Amino acid sequence: MLTKRIIPCLDILNGATVKGVQFVDLRDAGDPIALAMAYEKAGADELVFLDIGATPHQSKALLSLVASISKHLRIPFTVGGGIKTVADAAARIANGADKVSLNSAAVKRPELISEIADRFGRQAVVVAIDCKQIMPGQWEVFTAGGRIATGKAALAWATLAVEHGAGELLITSMDQDGTKTGFDLALLQLISSAVPVPVIASGGAGNASHFVDVFEQTQCSAALAAGIFHFGEISITSVKNELNKQNIPVRWS
Amino acid sequence: MKKVAIIHYQGGNTLSVFNALAALHCQPVITNQHHDLEQADAIIIPGVGAAAQAMRDLQALQFDTFLKQTTKPVLGICLGMQLLGSFSKEGNTPLLEVLPDKVIGFSKAVITPHMGWNQVQHLGSPLFRGIPAGSYFYFVHSYFMKVAPHTIATSDYDGNFTAALVSRNYFGTQFHPEKSGDAGMQLLDNFISLI
Repeated sequence: MLTKRIIPCLDILNGATVKGVQFVDLRDAGDPIALAMAYEKAGADELVFLDIGATPHQSKALLSLVASISKHLRIPFTVGGGIKTVADAAARIANGADKVSLNSAAVKRPELISEIADRFGRQAVVVAIDCKQIMPGQWEVFTAGGRIATGKAALAWATLAVEHGAGELLITSMDQDGTKTGFDLALLQLISSAVPVPVIASGGAGNASHFVDVFEQTQCSAALAAGIFHFGEISITSVKNELNKQNIPVRWS
Repeated sequence: MKKVAIIHYQGGNTLSVFNALAALHCQPVITNQHHDLEQADAIIIPGVGAAAQAMRDLQALQFDTFLKQTTKPVLGICLGMQLLGSFSKEGNTPLLEVLPDKVIGFSKAVITPHMGWNQVQHLGSPLFRGIPAGSYFYFVHSYFMKVAPHTIATSDYDGNFTAALVSRNYFGTQFHPEKSGDAGMQLLDNFISLI
């Protein structure tokens, strides 16, 4: 049976990990390669690297980091942040990224999704959507790291992104992000039940039972978290143990 | 050290396969040159992209005839395995016809792509030596081959399908061993030891 994926997300700035990650065994907690390998060993099913420095110019530091990650990691990984053109995506994939994640640039010009999907296949294109609730049952899409309100409804944009060739959606609840009070189940169910592609839940994970909730109450295929894994508040193993106890299929490495 | 040629065609993420092999006891090369295929001890057809485009690329390189006639071990990964079949519903394209299998799509009852880690049941083929039954491998695909006489491993998504196969000198995995952690590395190591 296909298992539910648990995906740690690492923020990258100038080729290093930010947010002082605390891993007992790591000397340099800012070293993304060591951290990525530690996560692979800990049972992560996939990793997402988000370039939060995202300059208009292609960062050489980022591309060489992607190449090093690819050299050492034996699980799939996605690279997002600052991808505005097919060439940006191609550079990341050529250096070993399995998938790229698009956000603001795809909202501005949805054809970018199909241009990348046509060249690399839709399985290589994740569209990340940052959503904020505006009234019960309705969420608006925000871009530029949550700074710009687009006026677009989350469900409509999610559906359109898939029509343009998104192979996967990464849905983040801005309301829940950082609260550690659980995923936005209503938002995630609304979108995961409407699209034919895998949906990754993001924003709000605080404990193992939140992961159980998102897989029991939505059709999401994967769940992503950052802080709670980085700060050792919860281990991937304990999340998987809890999911297994509730008969939700997970992979044991 | 055994030389392994990884076929370079457009759109494929060949680097992951190269990196995985480079960590094992062999000498990989990513290539679109005939002489590299001639000199190689084994050939890998990696698997990212769409069937019709991949066939056009192989034909443009004039690799299709070579791949059909070679007696060297060939490992097709994901789309690379599917290309060994006779016909794909993806783009309705004829394939290499090394095997009679047709490649068909998953039904609309399931989410596609079939993306993520799924359990693989194998029949004890040397390709799976040292890999426990029910080990997890990473899959990303929307098309598949039905279980056939040369199937050596199956997985279940929308029913059982061929997860790996062997026929003469041709090997194939629907999953990505280069992305499947320790189990995947074991399988690649097994392939190299079979060369």
